[in-house]
Formats: sequence, C-alpha cells, structure tokens
Amino acid sequence: MSRAPGERGEARAAWVFLAPALILITAFFFLPVVTGLALSLTDFDLYAIGHPENVRLVGGANYRALAQAPMFWSALKNTLYFAFVGAPLSVLTALAAALLLNSRLTRWKGFFRTAYFAPFVTTLVAVAIVWKYLYHPRFGLLDAALGSAGIRPVDWLGDPRWAMPAIIVVAVWRSFGYNMLIFLAGLQRIPAEMREAADLDGAGHWSRLWHVTLPQLAPTFVFVGVITAIGFFQVFAEPYVMTGGGPLNSTLSMVLYMYQEGFRWWRLGSAASIAFVLFALVLAVTMIQLAWRREET
Amino acid sequence: MLITLASCRAQATPDGVVIDFWGMGREGEVAQQMMPEFEAEHPGVHVHVQQIPWTAAHEKLLTAYVGHASPDVAQLGNTWVPEYVALGALVPFDSLLKITPTVSATDYFPGIWATNVLSDTVYGIPWYVDTRLIFYRKDILARAGFDSPPTSWPQWMAALRAIKAREDPGAYPIYIPTNEWPPPTIFALESGSPILRDGGRYGAFDDPPFKKAFQFYLDFFRGGLAPRLGINEVGNIYQEFERGTYAMWITGPWNIGEFRRRTPPDFQSKWATAPMPGPDGAASGVSLAGGSSLVVYRASRHPREAWQLVEFLSRPEQQLKFYHLTGDLPARLETWRDTSLANDPAARAFEEQLGRVVPTPQVPEWELIATRIFDYGEQSIRGGMPADTALARLENEVNRILERRRWLLDRPTRKAGR
Amino acid sequence: MKRRGASTVLHVALGIAALGTLFPLLWMVSGSLMSTGEANSLPPRLLPAHPTLSHYAALFTRLNIGRYFLNSVIVAGGATLISLFLNSMAGYALAKLRFSGRAQIFRVLVAGLVIPAQVAMLPLFLVLQALGLVNTYVGAMIPAMATIFGIFLIRQYAMGIPDDLLSAARMDGASEFRIYWSIVLPVIKPILATMALFTFLSTWNDFLWPLVALTDDAKYTLPVALAGLAGEHVQDTELMLAGSVVTVVPVLIAFVALQRFYVEGITAGSVKQ
Repeated sequence: MSRAPGERGEARAAWVFLAPALILITAFFFLPVVTGLALSLTDFDLYAIGHPENVRLVGGANYRALAQAPMFWSALKNTLYFAFVGAPLSVLTALAAALLLNSRLTRWKGFFRTAYFAPFVTTLVAVAIVWKYLYHPRFGLLDAALGSAGIRPVDWLGDPRWAMPAIIVVAVWRSFGYNMLIFLAGLQRIPAEMREAADLDGAGHWSRLWHVTLPQLAPTFVFVGVITAIGFFQVFAEPYVMTGGGPLNSTLSMVLYMYQEGFRWWRLGSAASIAFVLFALVLAVTMIQLAWRREET
Repeated sequence: MLITLASCRAQATPDGVVIDFWGMGREGEVAQQMMPEFEAEHPGVHVHVQQIPWTAAHEKLLTAYVGHASPDVAQLGNTWVPEYVALGALVPFDSLLKITPTVSATDYFPGIWATNVLSDTVYGIPWYVDTRLIFYRKDILARAGFDSPPTSWPQWMAALRAIKAREDPGAYPIYIPTNEWPPPTIFALESGSPILRDGGRYGAFDDPPFKKAFQFYLDFFRGGLAPRLGINEVGNIYQEFERGTYAMWITGPWNIGEFRRRTPPDFQSKWATAPMPGPDGAASGVSLAGGSSLVVYRASRHPREAWQLVEFLSRPEQQLKFYHLTGDLPARLETWRDTSLANDPAARAFEEQLGRVVPTPQVPEWELIATRIFDYGEQSIRGGMPADTALARLENEVNRILERRRWLLDRPTRKAGR
Repeated sequence: MKRRGASTVLHVALGIAALGTLFPLLWMVSGSLMSTGEANSLPPRLLPAHPTLSHYAALFTRLNIGRYFLNSVIVAGGATLISLFLNSMAGYALAKLRFSGRAQIFRVLVAGLVIPAQVAMLPLFLVLQALGLVNTYVGAMIPAMATIFGIFLIRQYAMGIPDDLLSAARMDGASEFRIYWSIVLPVIKPILATMALFTFLSTWNDFLWPLVALTDDAKYTLPVALAGLAGEHVQDTELMLAGSVVTVVPVLIAFVALQRFYVEGITAGSVKQ
C-alpha cells in the first residue's frame, strides 16, 4: 500500500526519533533480561569468567537448587512479609494523611504536604544510616523515648523478631508521602456534588467517608497498593545498609540474596535464577491486579 | 568527550609510570604514608593508593577483576588468594623470587607462607600476619583461682566456669560473636579436622573431629559462658571488657593497639594475651594462618614496578615501620627481633601462636563455606537447631557448593582453568 | 464550638504527624553539628551543646566528599539531560507520529514495565565489561539514559497535543524535527519538568547499580561512598550524619523549591491510569 509523501516523511522521522531510545533499551535492558534467563540455565560462576569452556548448560538445576536452599525460602518469606505488611501500612498511612490534608478545615496545607513528602526525596542509604543510629539499643533516641515511658529497650536491629518490623517502618516512612499525593489527587477528583448530596442527606463525617469517599477511592487504593507492593518486592538498600541481611537472615531480601550470590560469591547462574523468581512474583501480582481491574470495569 | 571520560584510568605520565595499589581498611589508609620513600627510591614511578573498606573488599576486588579494572598491586586477605589463582588473575612469583635475594621464604612463618602457595607455585608475599588467640583479664582469672592462662580445653572450661561462679550474673566469662567464622573453624583445626576432604572436594563436617569441635563451640553458649550475641550487638566491647562484663575474647593482633588506645592507662596491667588452648594441651593449640598478602595482577601493565613495590614493602625496615603505623604484626621473622616487638608482652603470645598456625582449605569457595559454617552455628546457638541437624545440613550445602570444583578437577584435563 | 474543636484536633494530629515524619531529618542535621561522641552519649541529646562544623570539614578534606558530590552531579545530570531528549523524542513519536508497527512497539514497551530492573542488572554488568565500560560515568548512567517509564509518561501526556497544531505546522512546510523542537517540546514542558526531576532524583539516589558498576573510589557517587564510609566509620556517628546531610539536603531543598513542577506531574500521571 503506497503512502502519501507526508506520511512517509512522518514514518521516517518516527523511526529516527525512536531509534536512540529503542536501541538503548533493547541493548541495555531487554537483551540483558534475555541473557539473564539464559544465564539462569547455566552454572556460570567464578571458574567460568574468562574460561568459557567451564560453563555447562544445566537446565532447571539452579531453580531446583533454590528450592532446596533454606536461604532462598528465608529470602522469599522475608520479601513477602516486607511487601504484604509494608505496602498496606504505607497505603493506609498515606490515605490517612490525604484525608486529613483534604479536609476543608485544614490550614497550612502546603507546609504539611511538604513535610510528609520530604522523606520520599531523601537518599535511602543516607536515611538508613540515620535510622540505624536511631535504633541503637543504648544510644538511640527511640529506645530512650521508650525508656522514659517505662518500656524496656529493644535491640531493634539485633533481634531477629524486630529487625524486619524496624526496616518496614523506615520503608513506610519513606514511601507514604508519594502515595499521599496520589490519594490527594483522587480525593480532589471526587465531584463536589456527591459530597454536597451526602451533606444534604444529613450524613455525618464518618458516614460520608465510608459511603462516598472510600468507594470512590477504591480503584486508586488498589492501584497504589499494588504499585507499592511491587516496589517493596525489590527492597535492597535498607537491609544492605542497616542489617546486612541479619540477624539470623531475618532481613535477607530477594534482591539482597541475589546480590550476594551474584557479586559476592560470583555464582551468576544461581543469581540469575533468583532474579527470575522475583520477576515471576512481580508478574503474578501484576496479573492479579489487571484481572481485578478488568472485573471492575 | 564521553569516550575519554569512559576510558579515564591510571595512565603512564609522559615522564613516568603510575601504578595502582589497593589497600583495605586501616592498612589502606596507612599505605599512603609509606609511598614517598618508595617513590624517592624509584624516580619516575608514582603509586596511586586507593583504600577499600573491608566490608566491601571481597565484592570490589572481584568486580574490578571482572570489569578489567584491577589495580597493579593489591593487598589480598590470604584466604582469598586461591580465588584469584583459580581465575588465573595473579602473577606467579617463583622466578621473581629467585632473582630477589631480599625476599626469601625462610624469613617467614612457614604456616603463613604456605597460604600463598598453590600447586607448588608462590602467588603472594605475606605483608602482615594475623591470627586469633585469647585476650583475657588477668585479675578476673586470678580471682577465680587461676594465675596462669589455660592451655588445654578441659582447663579452659574449668577456668570459665570458675569465673562464672564468682562474677556477677550479668557478666559472661567469654565473648564469642555468633556470626564470626574463626572460632568454630579454629576449634575444628585444633581437633585435627581438615574441614574439607579429598582435595577440597567434599565437606568433612560429618566426621568425628569436626563434630567434636562443633559441640565444644556450642558448649560455650549452652553453659551460659558466652552471650548469644553477634558481632555488632555489644556496643563498645572495650568498655565492656574494662567493666568486667567479659573476661575473655578470641580476637586478633589489631586489638593490642585498640586496647591501649581506648582504655585508660591503669587498665593496661589488667589484660594480657595467651595462645589458644588445645584439646590436649598447648601443642595442639593451633590457630588460623591469617593475614594479608601482596599480589600482582597479571593484567598489570607495569609488572616490574609492581614487583618493586612488593619488594619494598617486604623489607624488614618497612615491615617495622608498618607495624608502628598499624599495629599489624609483621610477616618477616627478622622484624620480630626488633625490641619494640621482642619486648612487648602482648605480642609474645602472638609470636608463639604464629609458630602453630594451620591454613584453612585453599579452595576458591572458602569465603562462602566459612560464612555457611557460622550461619549454621548461629542456627544452633540462637535458632534452636539441634547440632546434628545443623551439621548434616551444612555438609549437604557445602557438598553442593563444591560440585563445580569436583566437576572441574575430575574431568579429563583440558588446557585452561586451574 | 464544635468546628473549632474539630479543627484543633485535626491540626494537632497533623502537627504530631509532621513532627514524627521530619524528626529523623532534623536529628540528622542536629547530630551532624555535635562534637564527636556527643550523639552517642547518655542520656541522649537532641541539640548540640556547642555546634561545630568540624565533621563537614573532615568530610570535604580528608574524606573527599566533594569528589563524590561532583560524581553524583555528573551522573545524575548527564542521565537527566540525555533521557530528556531520548525519552521525549520516542514518547512523542509513539503518541503522534503515524507509522506501521507503532502499536506493537508500544505494547512491547509496556510489557517491559513489569520486569524489575534487577533482573537485567547482572547480565548488564557483563555487557558493560565486554564494552569496557565498567567503572565509567557512562556505564553508571546507562540504565537511566532511556527508560520505558519515561517514554510512557511522555507518550501519555503528548497524546493530548491537538492534532491541528501539528498538521498546520506540516502544511507550513516545517520538518518533523522542527515540529518536535519548536512546537512539541514547549507544549509538553510540564511533563518534561516532572520527568527531569524524577530522573535526577532516582539517579541521584540510586544505590545498587553504581555499587556494581563503579569500582574506583574516584568515581563513586554519594550513596556508594556513604555506604563505604558507614562500613569503616560506624563508631563515628556525627561524621556519618554529616555525610548523610550532604547527600540529602541539597536535593531536598531543590525539591521543596521546585515542588510545583512535579506534584502536578504525579497527580496528572495518576489520572491517566
């Protein structure tokens, strides 16, 4: 089918415009992903660097080995714990903040909004260091505050039961500001007529919240929750800086495990297989979200 | 412009040579101070020193090697040497040693020198030595009825129990962090366990010597003699030692300097060092042949100058200067005769211990295996896993880790790969 | 009055929440000005007795933090500039230019959004090694130079450009590049600003990739250098806090000042979902 000259010019230009980005993304993202899949089917490791004849194709052996590795199950469990506790916490905190900010009674909205958003902008490594000191069992301010309330100090980062909750707090603190902005936008989109109609019906604050506001926000809620959870699946910097994966591997995350296997021990085949399990996890959650939304509409 | 930025690395200056030296931790910080003398002796050679923190050193060195960004000379923990030999990354030193009379194997602790020898080839020159032994509170030990440190395991246990009976309930006779690999490994070596058998093809964790060592290790915690804490959970260990919270600590030579720096003058007479007690007495009290070596990477574009730097840092005078700067014990035997070391009571125990050191298995997977050893130890100590289960799982996991090595060693010999 | 009571409660709650949120950052600044050992004293202190800049001095002289700051600026700035062009060109093309294969390419890109970046990281390192780009600024920037998310953002926004604007320009004889440069770019300025700020922020804060890609401390970005310092100087609380301040505060100030530009973008982006 022949095209008008203008269209041909447009098509040509389009390819020129697309080329740089597409080439970079293909070469430095899609290609490595495919290579990663291939790597996960081999036993590529230290011995194989520079000596390709030492590589063997092992099929699913890496995945089978993962299934038998207690550390893998710890990492998986910890990551799911982190995501499925942290994401709802972050979303709920964000929702609460958004509702408070959105109230007609609120003044100095700009200041509060900035304050709640500030942690999102910070560098994770830098604040992880700050929190690590705050959590110190003897000199940290958190235990000092608890102490003055009569509660015994807890070794937050040294106790296998508390290390993960402690890290979740940091992650929620950092992320809720961003989610809050999205909720604010959602709240502001609720037609004013609906609110007024509820007022006219004599509904009180809580009733309006429950029957009008929250249902309107529901799709946003799910969307934000899933996006946050997916982000939390990829947690790395917090455990790396604050606990090194300990104590007793209680804060070992999938990505940290992958990093250790890949860059500390150079078992690249194994590391690649961990990466793909992570991918499968994210894919599964995304599919569930898509299916949910399709049901909604 | 991006390309020049991209290829920006140490270049030879028009009138001279630049070599990269990587040091870790305090040694890296201090190495810079030793270079001016070297550069004065070798005009036209400039040494660019980079310091890497220990916590990231293992990754950084390997990543750099893979990324073709290795330095010319590096400090390498001697347990890491086998890894780089497996990669074919290091320059063998045998022929260089023959023409360098100032560096000779006879002037080094045999156990330490051996850690740098694989397949009868020398790949590293020991820079400083390291081992582990006991730092203890003389006064607390004396109060418990022992006026000399224990030399055998039964004596050691008796001493610790006596201390526990006398001191406050909140105090522990000994501090052994649960996430360090040296203590269980030392006990294993003392029991005569090879840790790995068949040329490093299989784990020996199921064998009696390791089992005995592992139980001995767990006994410290089961008996309430050591707290179930990891290495970062104590806060300020020096303060705790001074307060008497702990009376013994298995640690290394850098703490001689640390104790002197961080505790008051009137405390110095209260602590001392002693060699490791062995299962059957002093002679079986072996310890780790630790320390760092100086290596030269094959990819170095200036191997001659690199070797000159290695030779320089190995001279007895430089070893002595390095000792004064860092507190790390020198590798050269000749340096030990200097009065500052010969008359140092804390160092004497180290000299004795260094005569009784055993290398850990010289396999590239050692660092990973060592991590698993204390991992499973911790599972037993803090996680409640029975010792037999822990050892069985450890054996399983290590055997799986070593599968590659078995395959490489046992297939029909081909050209590349060591 | 019921209203006044409710308002007070509301503002107290907001205030406490704000204090709690900002507290770690405030303590970070306060601690960085304390003398050595003060932050680790008992009972713990909130404010320095005699504020001192000695830790900052140490950071900028002995510990070379100026160098790391500069590296972060180069890597984040370079990535932002490059991605501005590459993403906007591609996003515009996918939104407004007609060519065969457009829908398929877009679908493939969106599918790629599901893949976590870490899956590509290890092999990407090997690719860098093959290209000799390990330990280079370019290597550190590569994952950020063109991103699917950036293209997506721009494409969604650019869909809203009125078609007559473009066809009028074409009828006037303008080249496609001219149209992109003089018409499209100004029109999509808001989303460009958002994207630029986000790219700068995420690259500045990125930790795992520069940790892997940069091996020479002369090239370390701030997060990598900071993590390294934390390993060696864990006892030096005040020094580490000062390092954190240097890493966090400049970007924080910039963001507070430029809030307007990306708050719009976040909310606009979420509407299009």
